[in-house]
Amino acid sequence: MTTTEAPEVVAAPRTEDLAALLITDAERPPRPSAWAASSAFGWRAVRKIKHVPEQLFDVTAFPIIMTLMFTYLFGGALAGSVTEYLQFLLPGILVMSVVMITMYTGVAVNTDIAKGVFDRFRTLPIWRPAPMVGYLLGDLLRYVIASVVIIAVGLILGFRPGGGVLGVAAGVGLLIVFSFAFSWVWTMFGLIMRTEKAVMGISMLVLFPLTFLSNVFVSPTTMPGWLEAAVEVNPVTKLVAAVRSMMAGDWDMGAITWVLIASAVLTVVFGWLTMRKYNRL
Amino acid sequence: MTTAIETSGLVKVFGEKRALDGLDLTVPAGTVYGVLGPNGAGKTTAVKVLATLLRPDAGEARVFGRDVIRDADAVRGRVSLTGQYASVDEDLTGAENLVLLGRLLGHRKQQARERGAALLAAFGLTEAGERQVKTYSGGMRRRLDIAASILNTPDLLFLDEPTTGLDPRSRNQVWDIVRAIVNQGTTVLLTTQYLDEADQLASRIAVIDHGRVIAEGTKGELKASVGAGAVHLRLRDAAQRPEAQRVLSRVLAAPVTLEADPVALSARLSAEVSEEGAADRAGALLGELARAGVHVDTFSLGQPTLDEVFLALTDRPANQEVPA
Repeated sequence: MTTTEAPEVVAAPRTEDLAALLITDAERPPRPSAWAASSAFGWRAVRKIKHVPEQLFDVTAFPIIMTLMFTYLFGGALAGSVTEYLQFLLPGILVMSVVMITMYTGVAVNTDIAKGVFDRFRTLPIWRPAPMVGYLLGDLLRYVIASVVIIAVGLILGFRPGGGVLGVAAGVGLLIVFSFAFSWVWTMFGLIMRTEKAVMGISMLVLFPLTFLSNVFVSPTTMPGWLEAAVEVNPVTKLVAAVRSMMAGDWDMGAITWVLIASAVLTVVFGWLTMRKYNRL
Repeated sequence: MTTAIETSGLVKVFGEKRALDGLDLTVPAGTVYGVLGPNGAGKTTAVKVLATLLRPDAGEARVFGRDVIRDADAVRGRVSLTGQYASVDEDLTGAENLVLLGRLLGHRKQQARERGAALLAAFGLTEAGERQVKTYSGGMRRRLDIAASILNTPDLLFLDEPTTGLDPRSRNQVWDIVRAIVNQGTTVLLTTQYLDEADQLASRIAVIDHGRVIAEGTKGELKASVGAGAVHLRLRDAAQRPEAQRVLSRVLAAPVTLEADPVALSARLSAEVSEEGAADRAGALLGELARAGVHVDTFSLGQPTLDEVFLALTDRPANQEVPA
């Protein structure tokens, strides 16, 4: 079937009409604040989700599959029972899923550069990091959705966190803080790499070892010594330890502090590298 | 008269290629300034440097007296850019694009919405406003792009090949829009591959090649340097070509080129012939050809093409030129 569009009959705006529309120097509004500009970009990210809801697949279907798959795959073998294993696994699988979906930030940045819209953003007289912060604000929404989905699935399957609502909420909060900081790694790669595929490739290369070589599935004490040592210094291990402790109601302040400091360092270092690249594209 | 753009010795190198190789431009404010050149001449690179998107490797560029590197933010406050590829977000609707930009330019949400709606109406996009931009035709996209560029009326608007890939009607609309914007006092820097487009819109033109300006002047000055145009003929019978060549060189007093096609020949009118004079001579030429019994299949008198401007300006000899 073909659809035919009526030929558009459009005249250019008449000079008088246009004159009424143009604004003089004096009428130009003041520049938006850093927050106003960033939140406008955040609004853009949310509108895009609204127009292309399929992109929520990775924050809904993917985490559900991860949770179900690993709970039933390893539950019997590793902990004797699925319910028992779930108490250990759920905070870990939550961290793993959310950290994995941070890579879409880089993909979004890269896609925008490939299209012309990025050039327009870069010529606007606004706070320079605003477009980047905007992506991250939109992504925060995605991280929250993914977290809620996973915890809901976990509760249905029998996850009973000792830390209660407060412990779970605090755990998710810490995870989102870390993910926001970690996303700056991907904004940088999104700016550097030439294609979307390259961004995906490098993300996988970093994320697979980072999430699997951790304490998500099993306690590192069961591993050979050299692997245990590597797993112990993995930031994801620290993050899982902190989130697990918060959800269990037995706050591991050492791990929590470590994660907060790591988040600050990631934001400063990769935020700086991202903006440096952004200004010299 | 104030100066909108001033560059001196601008250089930008990409690997082996010197995209800009000592570009000197001076663009007076309040006019359309055409930058004409073939693909790869450095037009887009020049625009990107001036719009603060690229750092030049050497040389200086000032926009309204502000340096594009040291004072980039001040420059950004006064310019806007419509690139070769539509600089709008395809996933958003037309209206959302304008609201986003309105907010980024400092309008409150309600204000941004009103201004967006007014611009959509002025550019004939009200009905399309609620649709995602990816469903737009090339012409609609380009109009939205220009609407976005004048949301806060800029003092200087960069239009980088604004009509490349558009059908003739959309192209005429874009031209009308550009004229209307300039009438309001905005300076426009227009890059184009088409002499015709520069001719329609620009008051001064710089021709660039290999990253430097090879000619600059008003339209009249440039044309005078190239000539009023060329006559192209196709004959019914190749055997009559020598006869046609004799008539051409006698009537036009210009060198005649025999094309590779055995029935085709052409002649470039000399620089002194005015456009009216060219038409008169073409008329006389047809009469003479008929009298000589030469059967002409097609006949055209054209403005100099960009190729011809280039040939004339770069002094590369035209092919197969036969002395009269």
